[in-house]
Amino acid sequence: MTTTTAAAPRRSALGVAGGVLKARETGIVIALVAVVIAATAVNPTFIFSGDGFRDLLLTPSLLMVVALGQAVVIITRNVDLSVGSVVGLTAYMTGRLFIDVPGIHPALVFLAGIALGALLGLINGALVAFAKVPALVITLGTMYIYRGINVAWTGSDRINASDMPASFRGLGTQDVLGIPLLTLLAVIVLVFTAWYLRNLRSGRELYAIGSDPDAAHLYGLRVTRRVLAAFIVCGALAGLAGVLFAARYGTVSSNAGYGWELQAIGAAVIGGVAMSGGVGTVWGAAFGAYLLLTINRALPIIGIQDFWQRAVVGILIIGAIILDRVLALRQHRRLVAAREEVK
Amino acid sequence: MSTATALTEKPTRDYKAYQHPLWRRLLINREAAIIGLLILVVIVAMLTVPNFDSPLTMTFLIREIAPILLIALPMTLIIITEEIDLSVASILGLSSVVTGLGVQAGWSLPVAGLVAILVGVIAGVINGSLITFVGLPSLAVTIGTLALFRGIAVGLLGTTAISEFPEYWTDLARANIPGTPVPLIIVPFIVLAIVFAVLLHFTPFGRSLYTIGLNKEVAAFSGIDVRMTKFWLFVMSGTVSGFAGVYFTLLYNNARGDNAIGMELLIIASVLLGGVSIFGGRGALHGVIAGVFLIGTMSSALRLAGVTSDIINVITGTVLILSVVSASFLAWIRTNRIAAIGRKKGQAGSTGAPA
Amino acid sequence: MTDTVTDPATPALELSRVVKSFGAVVALRSGSLRLDKGSIHALIGENGAGKSTLVKIVAGLYRRDAGEFRLDGEPVDFHSTAQSKAAGIAVIYQEPTLFPDLSVTENIFMGRQPVGTLGRIDRKAMRDEATQIFERLGVRIDPERLTEGLSIADQQIIEIAKAISLDARVLIMDEPTAALSGVEVERLFAVARSLRDEGRALVFISHRFDEVFELCDTVTVMRDGSYIDTMPIADTSVDELVHLMVGRDVTEMFPKLPADIGEDVLVVDGLTQKGVFHDISFTVRSGEIVGLAGLVGAGRSEVVRAIYGVDPYQSGSVTVSGKALPKGNPKAAMARGIALVPEDRRKQGQVLEQTVSRNLTLAIRHRLAKMGLIWGGVENESAKVWASRLEVKTSALDAETGTLSGGNQQKVVLAKWLATNPRVLIVDEPTRGIDVGTKAEVHRLISQLAQEGLAILTISSELPEVLGMADRVLVMRAGRLTGEFDRSEATPEAVMFAATAEEVA
Repeated sequence: MTTTTAAAPRRSALGVAGGVLKARETGIVIALVAVVIAATAVNPTFIFSGDGFRDLLLTPSLLMVVALGQAVVIITRNVDLSVGSVVGLTAYMTGRLFIDVPGIHPALVFLAGIALGALLGLINGALVAFAKVPALVITLGTMYIYRGINVAWTGSDRINASDMPASFRGLGTQDVLGIPLLTLLAVIVLVFTAWYLRNLRSGRELYAIGSDPDAAHLYGLRVTRRVLAAFIVCGALAGLAGVLFAARYGTVSSNAGYGWELQAIGAAVIGGVAMSGGVGTVWGAAFGAYLLLTINRALPIIGIQDFWQRAVVGILIIGAIILDRVLALRQHRRLVAAREEVK
Repeated sequence: MSTATALTEKPTRDYKAYQHPLWRRLLINREAAIIGLLILVVIVAMLTVPNFDSPLTMTFLIREIAPILLIALPMTLIIITEEIDLSVASILGLSSVVTGLGVQAGWSLPVAGLVAILVGVIAGVINGSLITFVGLPSLAVTIGTLALFRGIAVGLLGTTAISEFPEYWTDLARANIPGTPVPLIIVPFIVLAIVFAVLLHFTPFGRSLYTIGLNKEVAAFSGIDVRMTKFWLFVMSGTVSGFAGVYFTLLYNNARGDNAIGMELLIIASVLLGGVSIFGGRGALHGVIAGVFLIGTMSSALRLAGVTSDIINVITGTVLILSVVSASFLAWIRTNRIAAIGRKKGQAGSTGAPA
Repeated sequence: MTDTVTDPATPALELSRVVKSFGAVVALRSGSLRLDKGSIHALIGENGAGKSTLVKIVAGLYRRDAGEFRLDGEPVDFHSTAQSKAAGIAVIYQEPTLFPDLSVTENIFMGRQPVGTLGRIDRKAMRDEATQIFERLGVRIDPERLTEGLSIADQQIIEIAKAISLDARVLIMDEPTAALSGVEVERLFAVARSLRDEGRALVFISHRFDEVFELCDTVTVMRDGSYIDTMPIADTSVDELVHLMVGRDVTEMFPKLPADIGEDVLVVDGLTQKGVFHDISFTVRSGEIVGLAGLVGAGRSEVVRAIYGVDPYQSGSVTVSGKALPKGNPKAAMARGIALVPEDRRKQGQVLEQTVSRNLTLAIRHRLAKMGLIWGGVENESAKVWASRLEVKTSALDAETGTLSGGNQQKVVLAKWLATNPRVLIVDEPTRGIDVGTKAEVHRLISQLAQEGLAILTISSELPEVLGMADRVLVMRAGRLTGEFDRSEATPEAVMFAATAEEVA
């Protein structure tokens, strides 16, 4: 009975639900544009200078790669706090490879970085998926372990730009049609990840697992394998970001990537990826990363000291989860009201 | 009222209170294992690490782990109710900065300290309100406030540090109980530990925490106000973190935005190591205190033995993971054993039953 | 994957003497079921008879401990739900299990979406097939909408669509009609018949005899975890089925003691929770047992939850012994002498991981405290008293209640609430899933409590239980009170009519 009578308004309910999802990504983009305009109005060099425009595109692209992986893990109702440490470890390894293996091809270094990241992600995933321990605790532990290994390996040493070949360093400085090469690379990864999550069975299953793990089990989905894969992807992307870090900044000390886990989680949550799983897109996480770092860059320009950057991250995270909650409550109330009408 | 008469017509049966004898209940449990391990580590360190047996080692050890000991108390209660507070170290940092700014503004230290503790209370109220009244998961909220409170602390002081504190108070923070190598801070800790232990183990409130951690629906049906209980726990956690911030500032004569950064890990690791289940509903305070001392003693001994702090971090992380994974593993063995017993019973029953 | 090659006379599915236990609790002693192709088979039995366990073994969710399981004559052993699905078995549970954040179409095809090149999901093909299935079922559900917020009836239709898209040869429906209205039930039956006519085998689990007789071809009865009998539906009657299910005389089960009925204790007036129940008014007097009957999903549990305060309500009032009770406050309700023994003893009544002693004293923890402290053995002393009053069987007071049998768990929950010394005792499904002996004990206890002057409100899905125990029977349907009968007028027919009849609009 309800089905037939309520078919028409449901179309619009879908429109609203779909609209809300899209509105999140659109909303972030609008906020991003607003920040850029405000900062440019105060100081035109924010965008109207060679470096300004480059920085706008370039600075957030590394975080974006990490946030993509983080989003994949959060979609499965898990979290990975170790990504910052993975970035640091792979960034240092990148430098070491160039020093210890003279003449190594940069492509091999990329592969090595991604492989190390994937391995570290595999360790996280295996502990979470097989030992059935919350990801929070496992990755809190591995965050310190990976960072500790990094510090022990690096010591007071640091990698300098001169340690790496110009061809590799060029990745961090070259442009294609006015767009930084690194940004292009990050966008390619974004498009591929988004395509994967949307179009492949295994991608959709990640959403299903995050939406309701028990139902996923009843459906016969291979939950353990998928969660493991999500952590491997997250680690591999953090590994990639570590290699890019070395190319972009040239110098790598033992605190490279420090605190990135918080920014990556922040970017994903701000972009509409719910900590409770099953909701959100990597597009949102990518825009979240851009919004976060662009605000950070804009703060000094509009007269706020950049010490406040971290507080802004906190406010954005809390604002985003409150917003999600309010929207969910409102939708729930609307559905109850709709059912009441039918009765 | 009157139910008793209907029911007491039956003869009263006697029930055994416990399945196992006292020694077994006392000795075969997670807490005892941790205490045993702690004693073992202390003995080994005494025998092998030079200078570990000097009184100064104990003084420094207790001073250093005092903030962890303090904050582990409310953290234990929070994790037992199946929540988490990741923002404690940030609250400590914020409290430290407020203490510094207060003293810099010419307030007397008690006033600045009280204001800093009040800031901790407010931080706890913010966490608690978002979790209970807005209904957000504590993990997400406290990841957010981890960044927010630390961000405010760093924002207020920038990269500068305040290290001008009244000598009377900094001396007090470093003082020992006269005639012993034990720092004075142990006194407020013992008082708080007793308060929290009584609260957790000997009050109706404590009983309700375990029930909330195991099953929130049963708790609600049993007349427990789950929301207000959680709210007060986060306020407690903020308050104690605020106090720890004042102590930290005076101990190191230093107020900085990044004070105690990352300490939440050590606190959570100690609590979990001490036998509190991350899934809620299980744990005891003496185990947690032993857990804090175990991690503290281990790193102190390792440092004296010349191991660097990054390796100590690796060991801490490993200990954390081992402690939770071993708990999962033991639980798995236990359910398998019960299921095996059940299967045997089932088969025995079925052979006799008509089809 | 409908198998057309095999002999139609081979049963689609055959289980014999299947055993399953959990911990110390034996859920299935000897389950047997023989399912023919192209037929609808009813599986009936009281709650706790082992039907759901049997279904979960077929679904691959549980593994049997012993016994035989054949599919199309071939022995099978499923380790996972994926395997049973691949073998062509679809199960629709009482509560549909869907992913709320995904679209209807995705829910139908999750894990086996049609794919094109590069393994890309062919969304158009998927949507078209969903639309086709819905057309065939004669329902209109937007395949693109999220499943969050769909009615239970629509969610079940999605589960059936899932089974059809799987081309399942065995379809098991576990109480699918519990939450459906009359029109929705008709729609479901039409679908079920068309599936049968295609040669599929269906299992229909239901507590509604009228539906069983209307829809099914064969019936299997289970009791206390064991197979009892199978017969063609045309050769049996409601009376015979009830007798087989219950396996004993009704009167012997419900010893009703005479009690003096006194003044009004619990007065409920105009209670309304939007979308759930409306304008509920009734009274319960001291010494009186009032039965609240109705189908699962009629809103009975929701009403008592609101009275007790674990759920909110929008309007109306609850009064205990003349004083108004604040809403949404179980603590206040307890203080005023209301006790609610909840519906689900494992999820709401007690903490299975805690000891018998802790569970028995949880509701009276404040009362046991001296100067705010719970010291030494007060809990064990109190627990000892209550465990022995209800004759709880346990190895020791510090055994976890999860290790006790269902009947003893229920006694723990009852004792936990009786310990609060209530004036009003509300019991929701007090005998669900417990053995016959304990059932009789619980009935005797409730009757004795009424004799002692308690006002008792009892909810039960077992009609004989309600009729056997209650002085007065209230009936709910679709969130409203639709009938009130004195003990003398309360016949099964009258109560069932009030519980199921469609309103004449």
